Amino acid sequence: MAHDELSRVFAALADPTRRSVVARLATVDATVGELASPYGMTVQAVSKHLKVLEKAGLVSRTGDSYRRPCHLEADVLDQMTGWIERYRREAEARFSRLDDVLSELDAPRPTASKKKQNPQEEDPT
Amino acid sequence: MSTTNDTATPETTIKAPADLPIITIERTFASTPSQVFRAFVEPELFSRWNGPQSIEARIEHWDARTGGSWRYAAWREGERIAGFYGSFHEIRPDKRLVQTFTYDGAPDGVSLDTTTFTALPDGGTRLTTLSVVESVEIRNLILASGMDTGVREGYVKLDVLLRDQ
Repeated sequence: MAHDELSRVFAALADPTRRSVVARLATVDATVGELASPYGMTVQAVSKHLKVLEKAGLVSRTGDSYRRPCHLEADVLDQMTGWIERYRREAEARFSRLDDVLSELDAPRPTASKKKQNPQEEDPT
Repeated sequence: MSTTNDTATPETTIKAPADLPIITIERTFASTPSQVFRAFVEPELFSRWNGPQSIEARIEHWDARTGGSWRYAAWREGERIAGFYGSFHEIRPDKRLVQTFTYDGAPDGVSLDTTTFTALPDGGTRLTTLSVVESVEIRNLILASGMDTGVREGYVKLDVLLRDQ
């Protein structure tokens, strides 16, 4: 996914109504009318939200009437979750190394006042 | 938007709200706040855990006090591949660390990173870093591409490593 594409996905999902539409489409395809009814919104208002979701590649529609069903492009969501998960794993790998460093440290002591000659050897003996 | 893992190790939580240019990272550690804090401000300790495994962090400048500054470079196979620098805006021992962070390949960009070290009842520490950048677009760029050129290669090794766990 290109970066501007990713930004469009994030922007599309910034709105709670659009997130809710995505959640509904995650279970089953639905027409604009079906999507509009639970929110007490006009078909026009829901259509506006759907256009944003379509532009972001999150929703696709076949046919050309209001009866056409909207379909969630789940792989776009998966891809975005993938970016964050990858970022999370990188952070986790860093913290896992931090765990190793911490396991070599003794009881708490003042910071920065004592610097070891050789930090690889934390053993005080 | 956030993801967590479900392994036995303490979980790292990332939050990237769709409408704010921030990233938060949270994780708990068995060590005390004082110990975790040391690993952030003592350069010998910091260089051992920060950055991808395949890359060596070489500290070029390090003045860990309020108003001080830092600079380090990422080295891989004898080649300096990226530099990072910033300031220590505030050092509050064992409690809070406020830093700026810039990747020298993108000198117009700066992240304001506030790290808090919270003591837990069991003697451990909850570490939280809040990073604020200029725009949601830049935040997404950071999420999508990582901060340095070596990161991509690092992921491959990391994926293998994680799969084997």
